[in-house]
Order: sequence, then C-alpha cells, then structure tokens
Amino acid sequence: MPTSTACRDADVAESLADAVRRASETHTPLRIVGGDSKRFFGRPSTDDVLSVASHRGVIAYEPTELVITARAGTPIVDIEALLATRGQMLAFEPPVFGPTSTIGGVVATGLSGPRRPFAGAVRDFVLGVTVLDGQGRSLRLGGTVVKNVAGFDGFRLMAGALGCLGVLLDVSLRVVPKPRAERALSLQLDNSASATLLTGLVRRPLPVSGAFHDGARLNLRLSGADAAVAQAAREIGGEDAPLGPWDDLRHMRLPLLSAPRLWRLAVPRTAGDLTLEGRWLHDWAGAQRWLVTDELADQVRAVAVAVGGHATLFRGAGPDEAVFTSLPPPLLALHQRLKATFDPAGIINPGRMYKEL
Amino acid sequence: MLDRFDPALDPTFVAPDRTRLIARLKAFLPNDGLLTTPEAMKVYESDGLAAYRGMPGLVALPRKTAEVRAVLMICADMGVPVVARGAGTGLSGGALPFPGCVLLSLSRFNQILGVDPDAMTARVQPGVRNLAISEAAAPFGLFYAPDPSSQLACSIGGNVAENAGGVHCLKYGLTVHNLQSVELVTLEGEIITLGGPAPDAPGFDLMALITGSEGLLGVITEVTVKLLPQPVHARVLLAAFASVRAGGEAVAAIIAAGIIPAGLEMMDNLALTAAEAHVHAGYPTDAAAILLCELDGATADIDEEMARVISVCEAAGATQTRVACDEAERAQFWAGRKGAFPAMGRLAPDYYCIDGTIPRRRLADVLEEIARLSREHGLPVANVFHAGDGNLHPLILYDARVDGQMEQAETLGGAILELCVAVGGSITGEHGVGREKINQMCAQFGTPEIEIFAAIKAAFDPAGLLNPGKAIPTLARCAEFGAMHVHKGAVPFAHLDRL
Ligand SMILES: Cc1cc2nc3c(=O)[nH]c(=O)nc-3n(C[C@H](O)[C@H](O)[C@H](O)COP(=O)(O)OP(=O)(O)OC[C@H]3O[C@@H](n4cnc5c(N)ncnc54)[C@H](O)[C@@H]3O)c2cc1C
Repeated sequence: MPTSTACRDADVAESLADAVRRASETHTPLRIVGGDSKRFFGRPSTDDVLSVASHRGVIAYEPTELVITARAGTPIVDIEALLATRGQMLAFEPPVFGPTSTIGGVVATGLSGPRRPFAGAVRDFVLGVTVLDGQGRSLRLGGTVVKNVAGFDGFRLMAGALGCLGVLLDVSLRVVPKPRAERALSLQLDNSASATLLTGLVRRPLPVSGAFHDGARLNLRLSGADAAVAQAAREIGGEDAPLGPWDDLRHMRLPLLSAPRLWRLAVPRTAGDLTLEGRWLHDWAGAQRWLVTDELADQVRAVAVAVGGHATLFRGAGPDEAVFTSLPPPLLALHQRLKATFDPAGIINPGRMYKEL
Repeated sequence: MLDRFDPALDPTFVAPDRTRLIARLKAFLPNDGLLTTPEAMKVYESDGLAAYRGMPGLVALPRKTAEVRAVLMICADMGVPVVARGAGTGLSGGALPFPGCVLLSLSRFNQILGVDPDAMTARVQPGVRNLAISEAAAPFGLFYAPDPSSQLACSIGGNVAENAGGVHCLKYGLTVHNLQSVELVTLEGEIITLGGPAPDAPGFDLMALITGSEGLLGVITEVTVKLLPQPVHARVLLAAFASVRAGGEAVAAIIAAGIIPAGLEMMDNLALTAAEAHVHAGYPTDAAAILLCELDGATADIDEEMARVISVCEAAGATQTRVACDEAERAQFWAGRKGAFPAMGRLAPDYYCIDGTIPRRRLADVLEEIARLSREHGLPVANVFHAGDGNLHPLILYDARVDGQMEQAETLGGAILELCVAVGGSITGEHGVGREKINQMCAQFGTPEIEIFAAIKAAFDPAGLLNPGKAIPTLARCAEFGAMHVHKGAVPFAHLDRL
C-alpha cells in the first residue's frame, strides 16, 4: 500500500479480501500487519506482509451506546483522542508502542494495561468484529450491542489470537466513562509486605485501578467517583505520587520494560515470590510479572507453570525459540482444528503464535 | 411447532441398540444414575420453555467428571446424541430433549469445592445453583456478580452454557466476564481445562468460546468463578414516566451522563400493574412506565450520582421520582421486578418471554413498534427488562388451551426478534438461541457465518452429537426460512431506519 493514503480514512476491505484469496489460492503465507509496532511480539516471521494500515477510520461512535466501531487500521491514538472528547476511554488501557499502532493490532495481540485486573481485558470489551477468514470470506461475528449471545463468541476468540484466525477488518468495542477522579499513591513496602497488603485491599470494594511494585515501592492508583477516591486514599495512606509513571507503565516505557529480552509471567496474584534470579516488576497486583533474567527459558516456564501460570518471552525471542508456553496435546489439537476451520490453507500468520499453528 | 425436529431441516441419527446402551451406561453410573422409564423421565421433557416438549431416550445423572466422560465416550462410540441439562430453567429450549438422546442431567453434580477468599474465587461443580455461590462467599464479604432472576434455581453450568446475565450485569459484566476457569469434557472424552488461576492462559481464548456455547461443544464439569467484594452501600431510585418513550429516553440519557448504574431496569404499565398486584412493591400503577435505577459505591458518591440521575429523569419528563428510604423499601422495589414474570400469571394463563437486544437509543422506537405488532397479532405484550444494556424481555400473553394461540405467540415473538435485528441488535441477549430461535439465527447471520459456526462445532464435536438441532441452524433450515420470509417481497421493518 502506498503510504500517501495511509493517513486518510479509507475502506479497502475488498482489496484486502482479494489479497487473501490470491494468497490462499497460491498457498502464500502472509504476515498480517497493522502499524507493525508490535513486530517483536510473537514468533518472528519473514512471510509476505499484508498491511491493514490503510483500512482506516471510525465507522460509528455513539457515546450513549458506549460503543465504538472502527476499521482495523485506525490508529489507536486517534481512537483514544476521539473517546476523550466525549469523556470516555478504553477501560483495558492497551499499551501503545507508537503512533502507527492500530486498533486491529490491539485486539489481535490482546495486550491490556494496568487497569486489567480491576476493569477487564481486551476480550472483555470486544463486542463484535468483521474478519476475513483464510479464504478471504468476510465474516461478521458478534455485533455492536452489549449483550448478544447468538452464535458462538467468535469475536472474543479473536482477542489475543495474534491474527492466526483471520484478518480483522473492523472491531466494535465497549467503552467506559472516564473516572471523575484519579489519584496515585506510593508506599514504602517490600514486595512481600506489599503482596499481603494488596490481598486485603482488593477484597474490599475500593476504587483501586492499578497496583504495581517496582522493586522498591508499591504504587497504587485510585480511580472513580470523588468521595470514594478521597476516602480510599485516606484509609490506605502512603504518599501522594504523580500519575505520569502510570502512563509509562501502561506503554511499557519504564526502564525494565524496555529490556531487549523480557519475560512476562502471568500467575495467580497470590503466588508469592518466585524462585527466579533477575529483576522483577510486579503489575496487576502481582498477577502479571515482568522479568529480566539470565535463567534458561525452560526454567522460567517451569516455575510459572508450577504455580498455575505461564510465561511468555514477550520480547527478544530468537528465531527458533518458543514465545508462548506450550499447550497440552488435547488443547493443541483443538487449536489446530480451529485454525483449520478459519484458515484451511494455513496462510494467515502461520507460526506466529506456535510453530504447530 | 419447533419442538418437532424435522429430518429435512435438522440433523438425524440412526437409533442405537437401546438395551446395549443401557447396559454400557449402567456400568459407569451410580445405581440411581440412569432413568429409563417414561414416568421417571417425564420431568425432563422440557426446560423453562414449557411449551416445547419431547421425550429423551434415557436420562443419565452423573456426579463426577469420570462419569460424564464415560457417558460421552459411550454415546460417541454408539452415535447417540447427548443433551446436557443443568437446572432446566433455560427459556429457549436449549435443554429440550432431542428424540432418542441421552439427556445428561448435571443437577446432582452439585458440590461447592471451595471458596478461596484471598484469590477471590469459588470452585464449584456444574450443578451448583447460582445463588448458592454468593451464599457461600458472603461470610468473606464477597459475592458472585451475575444474578439471573432465576438464580435460586439455575445452575452455574447452565449459566456458563448460556453466558447468563442479570440485573447487575450492566456494571459487573456477564458470566463470561466473571469466570476464572472451566473444565470441559469433549465428546471424545478429553478433559480440558480452559483458563486457569492466572489472569490469562496461553493460546486462543477457548474459555470465551465455550461460554454461551449452549452445550454444543462439550460438557462443563467444573467452574471456577471470580468473586467480587460486596458493595458497601446501594440505593435504588424509582422513576415514573407518562410514556414509554420518555422512560426509554431517560435510560439513554443516564448512560450518556457518564453514569453506570449497578442496575437499570424498566417495566411498562402492563408489567408494573401485574407486579404491583402480585407483591405490592409500591409501584405507581398510573404510570406508563417505571425505571428502577440502582447505584452502589461510597455513600457520598451515591448521593451525588443519585442527584444527577434524578435530574436526568426529570429532564426526560419523569412524573415522579422516589429513592427507597431504607433497605426494606429497596428490597420491596426489587421484589416487584424479580416477581414480574410470575406475576404474568394474573394476566393470562401463559406467557412467552422474548429476549432481544437493541442499541439503547432505539428503545423508545422499538417499544412503540412492539406495541404495534402486539395489536397487529392480537396478543397483549408486557415489557419488563434490562433497559441499561438494551436487553428487552417482551412477555407475550396467551392461552395455550386456545387452539393456535401458541403458534400465534411464536409468530409474534419471531417478528419482535426480527425487529431487533433490523435496528442493529440481536435475537438473544442472555437466554440463548436454543431450539426456540433457531430460525431467527438465519435472520441475524448470513451463510458464511452459519458455516463457520458449524465448522467450530465440528472442531469440537465432529459427529455432531452434542445438543443437535439447537443454536446453529442447518443451511437447509436457513434456505427454508429465507424462502418463507422473502415471499412478501419486502424487507422486514422497512419503515424503520437501519443502523
Ligand atoms: C423466571 C426466570 C427468570 C430468568 N431470568 C434470567 C436472567 O435474568 N438472565 C439470564 O441470563 N437468564 C435468565 N433465565 C434463563 C435461565 O435461567 C438461564 O439461561 C440459566 O443460565 C439456565 O441455567 P440452567 O442450569 O437452568 O440450564 P438449563 O436450562 O438446564 O440448560 C441451558 C442450556 O445449557 C446447556 N447446559 C446446561 N448445563 C450444561 C453443562 N454443564 N455443560 C454444557 N452445557 C450445559 C443445556 O444443554 C442448554 O442448552 C431465567 C429463567 C427463568 C425461568
């Protein structure tokens, strides 16, 4: 696609469908790309690029419905700016790795930010998608209403599927009103004291919207109605802190999070400290842990799996290295059958998630 | 009627050797775990959609995953269809027996395995009742948020299978948003755990796919749900309106004001007068419609938000606004809403509950159109529904003893669902497609989508034995449905704006 059109709204669904149909006929694998800002995520690929970036523009935004529908190539920064004009936002706070980052990529990677344990993940806010399957057929799954249980929830399946089940053309997302008050606190606590405090805090109906431990301090964010936030801040104590670092956390600009080789461990919040040497950052009240380590990949995975979680080599995987924790054989078999359902020729992002997929 | 399966339009199976099937199943089930006589099986003839009836071949009542697995593997081996059933409160005929099927009732598979207050989860077997979970969590100050009105009876397995919603889902989400993990047994006998104790699991989000899958992909044998802290304070407002249009506009305006109530329910005059007569909730019976709007959180915030909600309602033309003065009055306001379905018994011998969703801003238009359809079809319709998330529950009043009235109600229901689709909504918000809305699936989806749904089913259940004839129509059925609907030559609801 010529870059000159990429800054204008355009509906190029037809040409994308043609490209997929051609690739399917010739069995040419495609690497689906939005802004390509998350190229580092998933297994590396050298396949021909199919860019969705020029399929762009907000199709519908109805603030009273709390729903936005946009073409997959729409920059996420544009979407968030538009929502902000109406006092609304994406509750799952996706990390944005650059101005080219698209809404399609946000949904496909399924990455959520600091608010995730308190507000929900990408998959919780996807209401519908239009997707091209591996034969270039356009499928409209889900819709634009909040409640809809007709047909299987194929749209939610697309969140985090890394584009392996089809090319997203447009997505409908539920949005939420911005909180009226927001405030950050910082507490001088080591990690295990902070874990104990958090276990108690999250069990109470407090307006906590973020909780991370940076290795030295526990950082809390409160969002909600004015009185609730003020009251919670009084009860919790600690020092007032700037909100800026929360943006850096969200967009993964904190120094540790820009490490060239970075692990993400998703574990039960209550798992306690894990026996892996390295530098840690505990987000999501301890359920998402970032790790920079020299430990062997198998060791990192084994430790995460032992506590009921999994480890992702978020950034820096070598050409033949696994990125995601492997699936038990019956589950992998189901994945393969689903992949074959949506993409019988295996041309859409093959191997981006698993080699076998 | 749709409880008759049609060999030309629905899947068909060769009848198995019944004696052999019984012998094989008996070997794996507890002594009281297999029902074979018509008298014993009679209660399984229908679910909450009582107008649809059919006899299963056998009823199996397992208490363990291993027993469920054995039943599924035997049925897979012998080519016997299997229909899972929780508490049987479903309103779309999802648990309606398929002729000759093994009806797999999970009602005795009903132990709470544990509440973990620190992890804020409860691990339960599929037959556990929805309310029992919140009761078990209450000592820890926690609750399970999705609260279908049937929560006293319905099972968590059925909730997962239907992606059930409830009065508080506007703020706290549907079943799918409140699950931590699900154990599923496939027809091939694989026991698969989806999700897990971590916030996400590697691979595709199959837990989301299973939620709402209506027993077509596998049998849910264990569920770990997320628990939430009980809100400290909650207050409810009753606002009365002189027209349903004004009430509908107030709903959209409340959301537009940036307020997400814990619950936002609407009842029209027919529904509210019946509910009032039934439970004396204190509803103004001269109102054309009332809204119940519940806010929860810190006291000061509730007060501030309540003031805003009241002024929004007044601006929309509310004739009366009343905040429940205490817990007792709050419970009373809600008792009317929760008792609204049973109260229909005062108006007609039977009611047929429809479950479409629409964009909130179309509420007023759609309610007026439903009133028109009601007149056209000659059956009264009462409306009581989850207004905040645009989930309508028109209740069609009829008398099944009058010849043809059930069919008339079905036709009217179908027309209402097609209206929902026409304004950009869905044929079902929470009750599922089941058997009931199998034809309207063809109105909401095109051939490629129906094909992909069928292929997803085949990926889990290649022989198509799990809950056949439900949720996903055959293409033959859609062809027939299309032919029926095109003959008038006009697009349905052409006089309404499209999305
Ligand atoms: C008065 C009344 C009010 C209601 N209010 C609401 C409401 O507010 N919100 C709402 O969402 N629903 C409501 N319902 C509908 C119904 O209660 C829900 O759909 C509920 O989730 C069904 O649960 P169940 O255990 O009764 O399932 P059943 O009716 O037994 O089964 C429903 C479906 O789930 C499948 N199934 C059941 N268990 C399993 C399992 N373990 N594994 C796989 N598949 C399974 C069945 O095959 C069937 O397709 C209401 C019903 C009534 C009668």
